[in-house]
Amino acid sequence: MRAAVVMFPGSNREGDAVRALRAAGIEAATVWHGDHELPAGTDLAVLPGGFSYGDYLRCGAIAGRSPIMDAVRAHAGRGGLVLGICNGFQILVESGLLPGVLMRNADLRFVCHMQHLRVQRADTPFTTSYREGEAIEVAIAHGEGNYTADAETLARIEGEGLVAFRYCDAAGVVKSNLSPNGSMNEIAGVYSSNFRVLGLMPHPENLIDPLVGGTDGLKLFESLAESLATA
Amino acid sequence: MTVEPEITPDLVASHGLKPDEYERLLALIGRVPSFTELGIFSAMWNEHCSYKSSRLHLRTLPTKAPWVIQGPGENAGVIDIGDGDACIFKMESHNHPSYIEPYQGAGTGVGGILRDVFTMGARPVACLNLLRFGAPEHPKTRHLVAGVVAGIGGYGNSFGVPTVGGSTNFHSRYDGNILVNAMAVGIARTDEIFYATATGVGNPIVYLGSKTGRDGIHGATMASASFEADAEEKRPTVQVGDPFAEKLLLEACLELMKTGAVVAIQDMGAAGLTSSAVEMGAKGDLGIELDLDTVPCRETGMTAYEMMLSESQERMLMVLDPSKRAVAEAIFRKWGLDFAVIGKTTDTLRFVVKHGGEVKVDLPIKELGDEAPLYDRPHIASPKLPVLDSASVKAPMGDVEALLTLLASPDLCSKRWVWQQYDHLILGNSVQRPGGDAAVIRIGDGPKGLALTTDVTQRYCEADPVEGGKQAVAEAWRNITASGATPRAATDNLNFGNPEKPEVMGQLVGCIQGIGEACRALDFPIVSGNVSLYNESAGKGILPTPSIGGVGVISDVALSMSPSFKRADEAILLIGATAGWLGQSVYLRDICGREEGAPPPVDLAAERANGDFVRGLILGKRVSAVHDISDGGLAIALAEMAVSGKIGASIDVPADVATHAWLFGEDQGRYVVVASEAEAATLLIEAGAASVPFLRIGSTGGDFLILGAEPAVPLAAIRAAHEEWLPGYMAGH
Repeated sequence: MRAAVVMFPGSNREGDAVRALRAAGIEAATVWHGDHELPAGTDLAVLPGGFSYGDYLRCGAIAGRSPIMDAVRAHAGRGGLVLGICNGFQILVESGLLPGVLMRNADLRFVCHMQHLRVQRADTPFTTSYREGEAIEVAIAHGEGNYTADAETLARIEGEGLVAFRYCDAAGVVKSNLSPNGSMNEIAGVYSSNFRVLGLMPHPENLIDPLVGGTDGLKLFESLAESLATA
Repeated sequence: MTVEPEITPDLVASHGLKPDEYERLLALIGRVPSFTELGIFSAMWNEHCSYKSSRLHLRTLPTKAPWVIQGPGENAGVIDIGDGDACIFKMESHNHPSYIEPYQGAGTGVGGILRDVFTMGARPVACLNLLRFGAPEHPKTRHLVAGVVAGIGGYGNSFGVPTVGGSTNFHSRYDGNILVNAMAVGIARTDEIFYATATGVGNPIVYLGSKTGRDGIHGATMASASFEADAEEKRPTVQVGDPFAEKLLLEACLELMKTGAVVAIQDMGAAGLTSSAVEMGAKGDLGIELDLDTVPCRETGMTAYEMMLSESQERMLMVLDPSKRAVAEAIFRKWGLDFAVIGKTTDTLRFVVKHGGEVKVDLPIKELGDEAPLYDRPHIASPKLPVLDSASVKAPMGDVEALLTLLASPDLCSKRWVWQQYDHLILGNSVQRPGGDAAVIRIGDGPKGLALTTDVTQRYCEADPVEGGKQAVAEAWRNITASGATPRAATDNLNFGNPEKPEVMGQLVGCIQGIGEACRALDFPIVSGNVSLYNESAGKGILPTPSIGGVGVISDVALSMSPSFKRADEAILLIGATAGWLGQSVYLRDICGREEGAPPPVDLAAERANGDFVRGLILGKRVSAVHDISDGGLAIALAEMAVSGKIGASIDVPADVATHAWLFGEDQGRYVVVASEAEAATLLIEAGAASVPFLRIGSTGGDFLILGAEPAVPLAAIRAAHEEWLPGYMAGH
């Protein structure tokens, strides 16, 4: 049960990711972006939140082409688990591991607040501790989380059930005006076709403690711990 | 070889040096300075760097306590918070740049204060700010709010530190001169704190971070002059921020500090290379010699003058242990940052700068700092205003209408639109979040935490600088107390107009006196600070605004308290004496259209007694909600508690008072506290024994706020009034 958290220059939630992984009992170490290999025995690669390379160019564009991403792609190609959170999600779409793109938020402002998400399916390595259709509350903090894809891609994502989370209200109801960033179909996170790669804009890693907003995020890491233990 | 301009009276004047100051310079060095030397004097002797108008008065502030490790004079203040941990913090202004270029001005303000904190070895854990804008109807206000808020967010969010608190309001006296005060808070081990005092002769001086460009030249001089109509033309003096570079600099510096290679370190802030080099040498009684040919430059052909005065961001200067050079350089190369040995310490006590083989500067280093002019400027105390008889103030509208009007006013409305643009959740330690009294953050895995706040009520300071200064401190202390933490120390950011005007100087002197009195009475020393003068445009000064940033400590963040009502059918209790003081209140200004009278007096003994009583209740787990009473009085506090808890309340308004004065008066030293009915009965007796004024004023419950005989107000209406103004305003409605 080993996770490698990839640290790019400008990553800033790597510590939060490590903390959440450890809280779920997953061994976690950070890996430097200039490395060409993930540590031997890595089960899960995590791309944390932040502003890799400053994100002055398109978010994640430089990180998506850094040496370590070849190793992450190879890991995914072997069926390894990959989790990209916020900037990590942006890097996953830039590196071609996930479909779609993340545009500037529709109102052009950075947004940080607590946000409800609907868990679309509870049968993936990331979500077994949730119930399907459950509304969970986690944090969002991003300026470019507006999930966008062309019609064909969007139809494929929906058709294959690759949407992981959607923005919703407290009751779990998804409505077209509930997205905080303008995302198509209120998409907050998507899977790869084999459900082994997940990218999401919200921050489950910041919701692991009842004193600090609740524990709805911890279940994602507990799901991973469970799937890694039984793998 | 560039030809340097001849030193003429005009050139001296354009460097902000007064004729008598120039005479002093000549007497000090015994010759006409070179162009570069003139620039250096201009940088070191301006108000921003030398505190020449305020130094005399700042000395009167209390700066010591058993828990203070480092008071003013270093990059930031340091206090001992127990268990071997230190809290390092400071607040600093970036007012002028933010008016000229709001996004970059505000962003680099955040960057500068973060550097002050991590220069000392601390990892930043929180940022706060205090913002003052012009009247909402002023044509530039909306643009400035949008730019400043985006700039603060843009820097802090990318750097990766939560922005957990602040204060934002509006007044026409800030129309041409907004205030952007940024505070940063960091944590270090008490035995791993780094200072700016150079030691050892012949030690290498190392330049770290980003390259030097032509940005920000004379920024500190600009910050020391009033704005005229040409403010816009000063845009080239505003620096451009790169939070990404700063994040790398942070990680590289903290990694480097662990190796023991750092003898002294100083960030390059105002007056860049000049001020950082001179301060390190002067503090350590050493000379400094720099060779500018080795300075990493972003542009070609930069002159010595430009390099010495550039305020390019994300740079540090360090005195290095020469035996650790290789390991130090490797760390900076790993992070992709510049690392260059640009000089050495000497035993000459001279500040020598060479460029292209020529000596461009050769000045006495101690005198550059220590012999800066020190002024005892004439000051006139503000005339005392008469106490307004609240009974004479007629209510122009019903209390409910007034409540909804005030909740939707620019000063009292919810600032959610602002703080939602700041990442306040990163690091996963934000226990009490923006929107309450003080923010509470857990330190690491806890259980200890910090309570943090920024505050000042400038209309009180304008009406009575001494009482206003006291109130700013008391309010910060009260915010921290309401969270359950013990207030420990503060940082001050004194924003005033032109000190050469005796009335303005009188405001500064009065506020410092009041701050000192309150800090002494409340054991709340000032450990760091910043002075921003000449906040004036078109001959008109800002309201006197001595911002206070407060830090408190709580032993277990699980005990920390929030203002929101938690349960129905609990007793609502009012702590502190209520006379219904309407002078200088928001009610008087925004409902009656009058800015009159003396501000509410601050009884520091009562402040302390009431606060200590409330904190005891919180730590004893005897209350479920606490909110301090400030702008807008009791009614606003109750509305905020109800809306945030989604639980209503029914309040018994006494029959023998003017209801509007009782509901909206701004008497000081007060809190609303909520407890179970059984507990409330016991508390009544305890408060009596402690001589703490205590009144049961109602109960929680329902979906309405009921103020005595007034019509019940639905919580939804309160929420709408509170939340809608700012987003609507920013959308151009």
